[in-house]
Amino acid sequence: MRRRITPYLLVLPGGLWLLAFLVVPLVFMASVSTQQGDVVTGFTQAFRLANYTDALVAYRTQFLRSAGYGLAGTGLALLLGYPVAYWIAFRGGAHKSTYLLLVLLPFFVSFVLRTVAWRFLLADDGILLRPLKDAGLLPEGFHVLQTAAAVIGGLTYNYLPFMILPIYVALERIDPRVVEAARDLYATGRAAFTRVVLPLSLPGVFAGVLMTCVPMTSDYVNASILGGPANTMIGNIIQTQYLVNNDYPAGAALSFILMAAMLAGIFAYARALGTENVLRVVAR
Amino acid sequence: MTSAAAGPDAAAPPHRGRRRPRWGDRLLRAYTWLVLAWLLAPVAVMIAFGFNDTRSKSNVSWQGFTTRWWGRLGDYPDLTAAVVNSLEIAAIATVVATALGTGMGVALGRYRFRGQGGTDLMMFAAISAPEIVMGASLLSLFVSLGVPTGFGTIVLAHVLFSVSFVAVTVRARVAGMDPAVEEAARDLGASAWAAFWRVTFPMILPGVLAGALLAFALSIDDFVITQFTGGATVTFPLWIYGAVRIGVPPQVNVLGTIIFGIGVLVAVLNAVAGRRRRG
Repeated sequence: MRRRITPYLLVLPGGLWLLAFLVVPLVFMASVSTQQGDVVTGFTQAFRLANYTDALVAYRTQFLRSAGYGLAGTGLALLLGYPVAYWIAFRGGAHKSTYLLLVLLPFFVSFVLRTVAWRFLLADDGILLRPLKDAGLLPEGFHVLQTAAAVIGGLTYNYLPFMILPIYVALERIDPRVVEAARDLYATGRAAFTRVVLPLSLPGVFAGVLMTCVPMTSDYVNASILGGPANTMIGNIIQTQYLVNNDYPAGAALSFILMAAMLAGIFAYARALGTENVLRVVAR
Repeated sequence: MTSAAAGPDAAAPPHRGRRRPRWGDRLLRAYTWLVLAWLLAPVAVMIAFGFNDTRSKSNVSWQGFTTRWWGRLGDYPDLTAAVVNSLEIAAIATVVATALGTGMGVALGRYRFRGQGGTDLMMFAAISAPEIVMGASLLSLFVSLGVPTGFGTIVLAHVLFSVSFVAVTVRARVAGMDPAVEEAARDLGASAWAAFWRVTFPMILPGVLAGALLAFALSIDDFVITQFTGGATVTFPLWIYGAVRIGVPPQVNVLGTIIFGIGVLVAVLNAVAGRRRRG
């Protein structure tokens, strides 16, 4: 008898915490998202589904921009990260863990502070652009901050380790003898890569893309520190609605649209890659 | 992650050793170092400009070397208060999340029980949900129930996002453990309580400590969820964010450098201890 209740006693406190502060708040947010009113007179439940269509119409640009920035950042992170993961896994030799530590080192600096450091590096008259402008290599009006490039660059920078690590783990699991066997069977270097290594590393790529695309698309810190008014993402709008305008129904509706769009994207992506169980791949 | 690192390579060398490094390899190596340099550039700049002899508050161009700011960390009382808040929140959230997460990890790693799938799903959701959605839904809850946001709600939220990471770390440790050891302790007359605390717990302790470190790191770095659940309470990342438009003083660089140094030190000590444990 005692044996049977032990796991419940162990799991219950944490499980209830998750239930109360992860699941229940979603129910409340769903309720808030159809309410009407304002912060002065109070909000009343009106089951107003038009909150959703209004939000979608008003902020279509930001939704599309977030998707664009998120996809661009994820693509860049994959392009930058895969070769690095490959080199560490196959050519890292005895120093693999040192290289991994170097990849993770930026995480020891607060996310906001790292982004602020980029703002500082890329400033119009900062330590990178000023000398180049003085040397006449760049026109005086040239700027990087407040452009889409700055925001996408910042997103890529901040989430790149999340792309490198899962790909590294997948590549590291590949037995080098499998690659040797391909070469012994007269595969060219390129064929051994595209037909042996790459397919075996796909679960890592899949996990890496998920781990970078979701936070990039919903980010607002990079857009507000590195971007300008023309680079606002949907996260900026949700943040403003909740914390500046106190328009909770609009913010809640936007959050649900964002969540639904991302879930749809994830499952479409999982299907396209033929991955049956998203949970299992990511959990590993 | 690192434990498997030594394995496969041992079998490989004969072919590879004889081959001279080719152009592709050299290119890849240069590329890797370039990406690593890009990853580390802002960190280097942050550290360097904590030593900048700047006159204005904005700290944008190099004026010469000074260690003055290291002695003047307390110049901004609200910055000091924010750092203290961050440390207190992280300490409390770590203790609670580690206690709750260890229980979950042990249960998930050792037992089959009803509701396991649901627990797994919630943990997965807590780890992978976009921060902004977690923050927005928590604020919706607090607003609906009239709960004032502040220090307490930040702690609550930080426990929420760290507990799953602790549970996953502990579960991995428990799953790799031989259950026969605890059974042996029981056979030798230990009570269930004694067997757990004197045999099982010391074995899972590295997992618990790793989970606690992770929880602390996640808490002290968090910005998005803290901004949503914090009300008027300001933590270190929130203070920096607020200072961006008016100029970030060099004290922030110094504090960032100190936190960075402690983090690296702990990571290195942890790695060394891990290597020693494995023999």
